[in-house]
Amino acid sequence: MENQVLLSVKNLKKYYEISQGMFKEKIVVRAVDDVNFTVMKGETFALVGESGCGKSTTGRAILRLTEPTDGEVIFNGTNLALLPYEKMRSLRKHMQMVFQDPYASLNPKKSIRQILMEPLKVHSKFDKKESLQKVISILQIVGLSEYHLDRYPHEFSGGQRQRIGIARAMILQPDFIIADEPVSALDVSVQSQVINLMLELQKEFGLTYLFISHDLSVIQHMTDRVAVMYLGKIVEIAKTEDLFNNPKHPYTQALLSAVPITHPKEKKERIILKGDVPSPANPPSGCTFHPRCPFAMEICKSELPDQARFEEGHTVNCHLYSQNKEEINYAISHS
Amino acid sequence: MLDFIIKRLIQVVVVVLLALTVVFFLIRLSGDPTALFLPPDASREQIEEYREMLGFDRPIYIQYGEFMVNAVQGDFGQSLRSKEDALPLVLSRLPATFQLAISALILSLLIAIPLGVLSAYKRNSVFDRISVALTVLGQAVPSFWLGLILIYFFAAQLNILPSGGAGSIVHLILPMITLAAYSVARFTRFTRSTMLDVLRKDYIRTAKASGVPTIRLVGRYALKNSLIPIITLVALDLGTLLGGAVITEVVFAWPGVGRLLMQSLMNRDFPIVLAGVFIVALIYAVINFIADILYAYVNPQIRVK
Repeated sequence: MENQVLLSVKNLKKYYEISQGMFKEKIVVRAVDDVNFTVMKGETFALVGESGCGKSTTGRAILRLTEPTDGEVIFNGTNLALLPYEKMRSLRKHMQMVFQDPYASLNPKKSIRQILMEPLKVHSKFDKKESLQKVISILQIVGLSEYHLDRYPHEFSGGQRQRIGIARAMILQPDFIIADEPVSALDVSVQSQVINLMLELQKEFGLTYLFISHDLSVIQHMTDRVAVMYLGKIVEIAKTEDLFNNPKHPYTQALLSAVPITHPKEKKERIILKGDVPSPANPPSGCTFHPRCPFAMEICKSELPDQARFEEGHTVNCHLYSQNKEEINYAISHS
Repeated sequence: MLDFIIKRLIQVVVVVLLALTVVFFLIRLSGDPTALFLPPDASREQIEEYREMLGFDRPIYIQYGEFMVNAVQGDFGQSLRSKEDALPLVLSRLPATFQLAISALILSLLIAIPLGVLSAYKRNSVFDRISVALTVLGQAVPSFWLGLILIYFFAAQLNILPSGGAGSIVHLILPMITLAAYSVARFTRFTRSTMLDVLRKDYIRTAKASGVPTIRLVGRYALKNSLIPIITLVALDLGTLLGGAVITEVVFAWPGVGRLLMQSLMNRDFPIVLAGVFIVALIYAVINFIADILYAYVNPQIRVK
């Protein structure tokens, strides 16, 4: 059970074409560029990166809320990217999404009852009476009550709305939930409540999460493995503990150094990256991180780095490690 | 809610009274009508006598006061020409106007909403571009020209539809199309833009993630939410259709309030003009009042506040 692959994403790409006018050439924005990772059953896998690096687009492309440009998304053995519309639609009950903005993602013209009934009605899982019971029980699970049924979204606080968003995603009893920055719009005090709720639900229903966030402390707290994204590409994947203790990619190191210290006596060296994130419409050649990388070499400007593998599935896309790949592999196999 | 209704009702009364006042003075500014009703060789004494008889010799504020007092009791006087009571005469023309306005409204909604929804759903497609071009055209074409062109083709050339008059469904077709053209264009553009707005909303993506089928997503989810602003527009347009169908009614000799108003204005038949304005203003104000209430009803966010 533990080591069963639930989702594997292969060479996923999402390009956007931007027209600049009738006679000008179209610009291609590579929002997600050749992303590969696998998510095991029952784990919480995190996608982390700064704003605009393609995390959310990756999440949406997996669920085909935006159509991927290329690549495979294999969920439980089925390639979602090639599935016809109707099959994809009925498969949606197994995979749900919790959205970032709890204010905008609930229909303001529908009551909580209607919002929660909708998924059940669409997939015609239960009859009316059973559905209502189901709705009430899910409301109780997320910490709301029957009393809230006929209220409208604007009558709730942000934290409550996100609970409704989670209830909506949970009501179909999916195996897999993509949580797209589920707590970033909430107060810190409410964040922990929502995170704890998500962890409880995971334990109770054996859920698998793909957790998209830019908040490193949240990720450290609740995820099993992490993939770090930069400019539409994954630069490092590792177990959470491993990544936080031993970040290998220069970008990950800089990212982790930005986490605020929790104690005034704690000493920390902050790595300040030079420059800004380049535009995904015009990414740098070779390794896209090279203009900002403190360790950039000649090769970084021209060649895309290969994946270097370390112990326990820790992988890094960086020339610093691929130079002496054989040696490292040798060291691993003999250690 | 009751508070809101009472407040809006008071507004309706104020609007109608203001409209009557404005028109009362404007129409007096256009001059004395007595000369029109008497033969050209009438003597000075005869004219004076006639003015006295109609009450035009008194100071204007007294005329205004008397008119308002009578008007609120529903008495607008008699036609200067035919001596018929003004208000009943206007009311007798109302069914024809309603028939034309309502059928034009229904026609335009039937065309505009599906067109707008499809345009928004297939944004930037060939279909969308054609429909946008047509709506611009529909808004730009003046109704007297469209009416004449339709008469030219369907009545004069093809000889399949009557060029004017009323009495049967066949008579209704051309004026209805003429009157609907502008509303179709307005509604289509409006539906398209509100739909585009709603389709981009996060909760539409949420519904898609739930697995709501596309037809239901567009037709029920998105349309329902974009209909709210459309209600206001429809109410405004219905008011215009009812009161402002003057040109269409004249072009097609349609026996409605608009044509009566136009004729009375030409004849300086003040009581009928004022009774007509009263009816049109009242309808306009009441329809907007109903729209506000409907709006509050369909929008839970307003209802609660």
